Amino acid sequence: MAVNDALEGTHKIVQEAREQQQHSGLIPTLNDFSQELTTLNLGPTHPATHGIFQNILQMDGERIISGVPTIGYIHRAFEKIAERRPFYQITPLTDRMNYCSSPINNMGWHMTVEKLLGVTVPKRAQYMRVIAMELARITDHLICNSILGVDTGAFTGFLYVFQEREKVYEIYEEICGARLTTNMGRVGGMERDFTAVAIQKLRDWLKTFPAVMREFEAMFTRNRIFMDRTANVGPITAERALNYGFTGPNLRAAGVDYDVRVMNPYSSYEDFEFEIPVGTKGDTYDRFLVRNEEIWQSLRIINQALENLPEGPFHADAPHYYLPPKQAVYKNMEALIYHFKIIMGEIEAPVGEVYHSVEGGNGELGFYLVSDGGRTPYRLHFRRPCFIYYQAYPEMVVGSSLSDAIVTLSSMNVIAGELDA
Amino acid sequence: MAENPEESAAAQETAATLDPAAAKNAQLLALLQRLFGADAFRDVETPYGLLTVTTTREQIHGIIASLQQDQELQLNFLTTMCGIHYPENAGQELGMVYHLHSLVHNVRLRIKIYFPIADPVVPTLTDLYATANWMEREAYDFYGIIFTGHPNLIRILNVEDMDYHPMRREYALEDGTREDKTDLFFGR
Repeated sequence: MAVNDALEGTHKIVQEAREQQQHSGLIPTLNDFSQELTTLNLGPTHPATHGIFQNILQMDGERIISGVPTIGYIHRAFEKIAERRPFYQITPLTDRMNYCSSPINNMGWHMTVEKLLGVTVPKRAQYMRVIAMELARITDHLICNSILGVDTGAFTGFLYVFQEREKVYEIYEEICGARLTTNMGRVGGMERDFTAVAIQKLRDWLKTFPAVMREFEAMFTRNRIFMDRTANVGPITAERALNYGFTGPNLRAAGVDYDVRVMNPYSSYEDFEFEIPVGTKGDTYDRFLVRNEEIWQSLRIINQALENLPEGPFHADAPHYYLPPKQAVYKNMEALIYHFKIIMGEIEAPVGEVYHSVEGGNGELGFYLVSDGGRTPYRLHFRRPCFIYYQAYPEMVVGSSLSDAIVTLSSMNVIAGELDA
Repeated sequence: MAENPEESAAAQETAATLDPAAAKNAQLLALLQRLFGADAFRDVETPYGLLTVTTTREQIHGIIASLQQDQELQLNFLTTMCGIHYPENAGQELGMVYHLHSLVHNVRLRIKIYFPIADPVVPTLTDLYATANWMEREAYDFYGIIFTGHPNLIRILNVEDMDYHPMRREYALEDGTREDKTDLFFGR
């Protein structure tokens, strides 16, 4: 319909013209292209993969047909190294598995050795361990969720929560001296009591963090764009997840409420009241929500542990396994001998095998320790949740687009250190 | 040795909580013997509360498949599997250790198999558990255990052109073929 009589008959409707051109063969249609698959190399060094692992994707245009992951770029032979090191020297190795939540790995290892040696840790040390582990869980989930936001293009949430993570680093520093790879605790308890500064920093953080978390949630949880990017993306059913050996938030997002802290409680977790958040569809949005809710539950646990922190020793009375204080070593003959024996690794470990698992940031982190009575383990196998569930990644992204694949990978929280050990 | 009532109370409490676990282990052992016969297993023990049995590689696939289907205890979660090497056990140098878990009944099982290093062949579990895929590749990479029927048995963590299986006990921690490090001052 021309606006002006002079223009009448001078225009073409674009769609009609295009159809005419297509029928006449001037513009090729989709059927003219043969089915060409593109091989896309995603990684190993790619800013979106958050770690060093490679995925070779076969793509039909934007759709992924299949994927072949390659891992092992950060394989450091921890299981072999552990066969050469006394028990306390293996703790720094465990730091470097899931390095976003080192305290959990450390405590899990110490509990494994304590189970082997038959050492009972006093209540105060157990509560201190719970506080450290739940702080680590919160920081691990913060990384995962904020970087999931970054992968969808939202950088601000990441900045806000990393400021809070920085404060947790300072708390770790007060507790054990290190920020990221904490090497926290000892076989038999903790290496020092929480100082007044540590408790104060923890209380201050507990006051300010909930508001930041609420702000973070307000930015993402009901955000239309974020929901469109993550809902129904990368789903996995509960049956497939169990068959793949999923544990942790990835499994709980699929609907299975398996949490090692509840099923096989350790370190006084049975004293605390908390809920296990469970999703329904196992997609990226569910994983995001489950991790957010787990942060709130971890805050509940930390508050309960801090309020009810019992008095008492912060380590077991196990002089054969727990280093004596340095002042005693300089003055006391028995302390000197124990110190020497522990450092040189001449401790009496029983012959046996033990499997102990803890709820890591990514799921059931297990330690299978075979001891032949010597100063080092005969065999130490780490059951690493990331290694086990990353196998499912190709199945989860088949049929989705590349941007969905990036978001799925991000929501699974694949930490390269735990993938490869 | 200091005898505090706290430690013995803790020990008693541990014993009390172990009792339901001990009952479950007994139920599991009875199930295993009923399904597979008492001769299927040797070295039945319960170190640190986890029922551990040893069987043969001929039976392992059938056992794990039956346990996966069994409705009484529903041991249908494969927690982990790993290889192990005992060079002094002639004819049974290599081993595989499987950890199963029943999420519904909260009971765990450890199954071990041993086989000669000259013939390190074991049936694969990938048809039962998708998670066995990478776990078996890791065992192949580290110990050289061949899993028959595995869809893609190649190295997973080490470089592809590595020509030995490093977790075996005869190999030192460091690559013996390196020439850029001298042991003169470190006494290795």
